Amino acid sequence: MSVKILKYIFLELVRSKFILIYTAFLFTFSFAVIYIGHDTAKAVVTLLNISLFVVPLVSLIFGTIHFYNSGEYIQLLLTQPVNRRSIFLAEYFGLSFSLSAAFLAGAGLPLLIYGLSISAALLLFTGVMLTFIFVSLSFLSSVLNKDKVKGIGLSVIIWLVMSLIYDGLILVILFAFSEYPLEKFILILTTLNPVDLSRILILLQLDISALMGFTGALFRDFFGSITGMVTALILLLLWAALPGLAALKVFSKKNF
Amino acid sequence: MIRTEKLKKKYGRFEVLKDIDINLAQGQVTGLMGPNGSGKSTFLKSILGLVIPDSGKIFVKEKDIKNKFDYRKYIGYMPQTANYPENLKVKELFKIVKDIRTDKKDYDYELYENFRIGETENKFFGQLSGGYKQRVTAAVAFLFDPEILILDEPTSSLDPVSVEILKEKIIKSKTDGKLVLVCSHLVPDVSELADRLVYLLEGKILFDKLIPEIVNGSGGTLGQSIKKIIEKINSDNEC
Amino acid sequence: MSGKDIEVCSECNVKTIREAIDLTEDGDRIIIKKGIYREYDLTADRSVEIVGEAGAELDIDFKGGGITLTKDNSAISGLTVKNMTVSYVKDLSAIRIENSKDCRIYNNFLKNTFFGIYLANSSSVEISGNYIEGNADTETSSGNGIHLWKCGGVKIEGNRISGHRDGVYLEFVDSSSVRNNYSEKNLRYGLHFMYSDNNSYTQNIFRDNGAGVAVMFSEFIEMTENSFIQNRGAASFGLLLKDIKRSVISRNSFSENTNGIYMEGCNDLEMMENEFYSNGWALKIMGSCTDNILIRNNFIDNTFDISSNSSRNTNKYSENYWDKYEGYDLNKDGTGDVPYRPVSFYSMLLEKIPDGVILLRSFMVDLLDFTEKAIPVFIPETLADENPRMQMYDYD
Repeated sequence: MSVKILKYIFLELVRSKFILIYTAFLFTFSFAVIYIGHDTAKAVVTLLNISLFVVPLVSLIFGTIHFYNSGEYIQLLLTQPVNRRSIFLAEYFGLSFSLSAAFLAGAGLPLLIYGLSISAALLLFTGVMLTFIFVSLSFLSSVLNKDKVKGIGLSVIIWLVMSLIYDGLILVILFAFSEYPLEKFILILTTLNPVDLSRILILLQLDISALMGFTGALFRDFFGSITGMVTALILLLLWAALPGLAALKVFSKKNF
Repeated sequence: MIRTEKLKKKYGRFEVLKDIDINLAQGQVTGLMGPNGSGKSTFLKSILGLVIPDSGKIFVKEKDIKNKFDYRKYIGYMPQTANYPENLKVKELFKIVKDIRTDKKDYDYELYENFRIGETENKFFGQLSGGYKQRVTAAVAFLFDPEILILDEPTSSLDPVSVEILKEKIIKSKTDGKLVLVCSHLVPDVSELADRLVYLLEGKILFDKLIPEIVNGSGGTLGQSIKKIIEKINSDNEC
Repeated sequence: MSGKDIEVCSECNVKTIREAIDLTEDGDRIIIKKGIYREYDLTADRSVEIVGEAGAELDIDFKGGGITLTKDNSAISGLTVKNMTVSYVKDLSAIRIENSKDCRIYNNFLKNTFFGIYLANSSSVEISGNYIEGNADTETSSGNGIHLWKCGGVKIEGNRISGHRDGVYLEFVDSSSVRNNYSEKNLRYGLHFMYSDNNSYTQNIFRDNGAGVAVMFSEFIEMTENSFIQNRGAASFGLLLKDIKRSVISRNSFSENTNGIYMEGCNDLEMMENEFYSNGWALKIMGSCTDNILIRNNFIDNTFDISSNSSRNTNKYSENYWDKYEGYDLNKDGTGDVPYRPVSFYSMLLEKIPDGVILLRSFMVDLLDFTEKAIPVFIPETLADENPRMQMYDYD
């Protein structure tokens, strides 16, 4: 049932102006970066910055706005003989797929044309994972707030925490406890933030020389192994699943 | 066909529904009236499953609807407003609901045709006027020829011609033995369509009477009669 | 003076190398025929030339050291020496020269060595074309591939050294050259200078060592046209310079090292036309370094170009190509119109908290760097290349 509804939600979204602008922005940017820089490694670095910055922000804000704007549509669907979970999953995957498609078309095509490296492939993979994760968080933020402004506010806060404040805290911890061997602790801490985890997975391809120093060697040993890669994948999937499931739980009991 | 028992709903400390007991029968149009905040919407949404009551029971075709969704195949719902995704095509909305209700194969296209929706079915919702949107939702509500029709302010933004088309359809449905629940603040609509009026105030049923009963008891129009009844109840309460 | 040849083989009159040495006089040659000779701790205390023919193998069988030469004009060539004892007391070596001059050690194959070639108090020695393969696993239980102590005028050329503590170790050595060697997978350094002045090393390749080359407490060292590749690790460097003065580093290539060059207590070094490619840190210059000049180098794809722990700077940067340079060149003279500042705030931060490298390329770090760029507080004003090049140099 979800799949049928999902299809229409997806088709509706990929026609939307916002998704088209998002795709065009990513495409222009990636194209420019790759062809002006004529160096894929450096292009991936720049694209890494943009995708870690933009993908969570767009997924969160657009996800939240979309959820509120779809209120009456969701209500209509909910008066049909389907359970709430189907509608929720259709909305979630419809939105995640359309944003991922935009990301892959925008950032992926230029990379693909130029020649896909491991780091570029990882960049695309983590970009898609981040889309799913932050759409999940945006839905949670939306179902927790009846008021649209509050919902968007919470989403902005989530984004700030994940992209900036969390790393700031790590830096503070590193400073405050610089006498102590914190490597393992920091490793765990960064792994727990999906933005940091995605960043490090790509850095292990791009900046291996620098990372081979300090904590980085630990990371490489860990994420270089099958266990490490599976762990990273599971962590990212959990980040997509857990907020989504929490949102679904609230959604199932919600009064419209 | 729809029965509620001690239906209660609170939003925070605000009690929206206080022990609503009601029994709606088929072959009857019930008008639901009441001032803003009286609990009309919450009551409708409870039946539709959009609002989950705190306590009490709702039976549709003698079955408790708690944690169920299948019963909604008996219901056609026409919401007051229809702000659907702007890049959704009219014909896609029909496709979606048809895809969801695979149980029904013979559709009732009467409103679809009378409202001439086919002519603009390739338009996006973003391009439609409020009246057009409401015609679409009416056509969707009646599409599956459901046994129960729940209509929320159905005439609020319709043009006069469409209003008449819809009213005819409602009367016809009633004679076909359907249960129709119309929420409206327009007395003429209720007067024309309804057999029975349920009046909600502050989450309670103030009165629940057949229309002839209301009018006969007082003389004059339905509106005047309603006003008199409310005044009488108020003065009774003060004594 | 031309002497006689003594042949050694299992069917010959002389069956062991030891016997042969006993039979020689100054100027004689020992020809070792194909075969495995299980002998150890041999000493030739006269001027002899020991020649191994193809397949001549000295198997020490873990009983001690190899051959020691103690007279001028001696030579060893073509011999395979293998399976040495690891000693914590004696510097046992496969081939050793003591207190001699004008000797040659060439085209030998040394395998499972402790120390490979050991020169003490000797001069005018040529060590060339040897293949020295150790299997060191800890620094304390391993020796150096080529070890020189108190020597002068030694030429080390075309050797291939791996699996030792240091590939080549020079202590109190002067006027010597190290050229065209390949030193890899040594635990500590590919090449190590201690208290050795007036030397040069050139056209060598140092790959995957603890650190490529360490030059310490020396001056007048010429370092040219070497490649430092993939020397990675927490304390790993392409080139480690400690208390070095008045030396030249030019036309080298540093690629994929954790640190391209790390320097401490160095002054008056001239570094020019080197290429730094894809290193973690191209150059770490500690505060104790003064009056060094960096000119016409290429900095490409390094995570960090320059890092320093000091807020003062007396080193000069000029006419380098920095791929991170974002300036412009309005008059089209090939030189950027605004200076390039190769030190970022974040790289200075990392000197204090190395583990912070985990935040590399995060939004927060970009923000910090951006802020420091806009309002410089920590980075010394003089640490800048006033004439950054717009195009990378092509040195060939």
